[in-house]
Amino acid sequence: MVKCDPEKEAALSAGMRSSGGLLSLRTLREHVPTGNAGPVLREIAAALARLVETGDPTTIDLGALPFSAGDEKALDAALGAGEVRATVEALGTSDVTETGIPGVWRIDHFDQAGETLSRFVEITYVPEILMTQRGDAADGLARLEADLAE
Amino acid sequence: MADRPMLPELMRAHGVSRRGFLKYCASLTSALALPPALAPKIAYALENAARPSVIWLSFQECTGCTEAITRSHAPTIEDLIFNAISLDYHHTLQAASGHAAEAAREHAMKENYGNYLVIVDGSIPVDNPEYSCIAGISNLDMLKETAAGAAAIIAVGTCAAYGGIPHANPNPTGAVAVSEIITDKPIINIPGCPPIPIVMTSVIAQFLTLGLDSIEVDELGRPKAFFGETIHDRCYRRPFYDKGLFAETFDDEGAREGWCLYKLGCKGPTTKSVCATVKWNDGTSFPIQAGHPCLGCTEPDFWDNGGFYKPLSAPAGNYRQAGYAAIAAGAALGVAGGALARATKAKAVAAHEVVDAHDLEKKS
Repeated sequence: MVKCDPEKEAALSAGMRSSGGLLSLRTLREHVPTGNAGPVLREIAAALARLVETGDPTTIDLGALPFSAGDEKALDAALGAGEVRATVEALGTSDVTETGIPGVWRIDHFDQAGETLSRFVEITYVPEILMTQRGDAADGLARLEADLAE
Repeated sequence: MADRPMLPELMRAHGVSRRGFLKYCASLTSALALPPALAPKIAYALENAARPSVIWLSFQECTGCTEAITRSHAPTIEDLIFNAISLDYHHTLQAASGHAAEAAREHAMKENYGNYLVIVDGSIPVDNPEYSCIAGISNLDMLKETAAGAAAIIAVGTCAAYGGIPHANPNPTGAVAVSEIITDKPIINIPGCPPIPIVMTSVIAQFLTLGLDSIEVDELGRPKAFFGETIHDRCYRRPFYDKGLFAETFDDEGAREGWCLYKLGCKGPTTKSVCATVKWNDGTSFPIQAGHPCLGCTEPDFWDNGGFYKPLSAPAGNYRQAGYAAIAAGAALGVAGGALARATKAKAVAAHEVVDAHDLEKKS
């Protein structure tokens, strides 16, 4: 049940009307971090420890949890920029970048229209999407052999 | 007909590499709200599982659910039809008509008895089954006959899941949900008027790739991945609700500033769906973002739930309980369904009160 205190509401409305109040609420709505960047960073740290110890990779789906623009900023600030930036052109663009923490990669998939399809953090030595797949290599070999036979 | 999967071959024919396929599987896994570790399993299933036969039955409906599913962008209905399923009967989408159409359904049933998937949209009239017939067969008979050999049933849209608009007061046809007629088969409900397109295709894709057991449902038979939280929980206007800032009319300052639509009748607090996060039209917007209160269309009896523009706190009779009781009991078909509808109607008339949130505040 919602209870409205008329005095409080009037005060809030007055605050909203001033440009400062309006701006701050809009900013709040769009960029307020949900607080999920912290737990994700701890999950990344645990996954990186696992990678170093056992070699097991981990994938974290950033679309699976509330993750606002504010959270993304906090995550980027904590991880920093790394040495590798790659672009994959397959069913649209995919950005694959190693963060400032080696072994921690950001992978953003976009469709042909540039819309975001999915966003992941991969904790691995080389993301699988960068590796040539055996099937593709076999197809390539067949094409090359056909060209050479001509 | 059901045959071997075509996705990898089709992708290769279109110059899509294995990397593209991996990306597709990763994004599909994300859209299904599944752990990313399952992406390789989905890839394996899409490459190796046979395409199951699907029979789609449309009963008392407006074709809105079919219209919606054809707008799904990930996976698209074309992806599903050409790659993952063998859609053997869908009287809106199939080219065949008349006897040839019904023959296709009968043939698919015979060939795949015990293994095909039935998708139903629309409610079923039981007061007088002849109210809705296809090729001279009543919806009731066609559902019973087709469900008999089904591995599972997916009820898409609120009409098939809970009776929906045909079931609304005064329910002239005695419309009931699939679950009130078929009680011996697993039924997954994907309610909505219509459901969000990618929710429909994602649940179908999950069923096909990971199986029925992988889909966890709530007490109303809805997949928890998409119906686990209320719209209110994820609404971007929630901070205004928490601060007690409400639009009072559709054109006041609050409405222009995007304040909470609770007082204008928003059913977001009691409606479970991913409208606020997945959104509609490829993630463009959803009703509340467009300035209109949520109607609560994924919930049983949403049409009779006290009026679209009345705040939730206004009394609305006991429709909601009636909906839950019908589902929980898996109510006996036919007469019982009609009796329930009539009892609900009588209670509705008796419980009707004209009151809004402002009156409630004055009284309290």
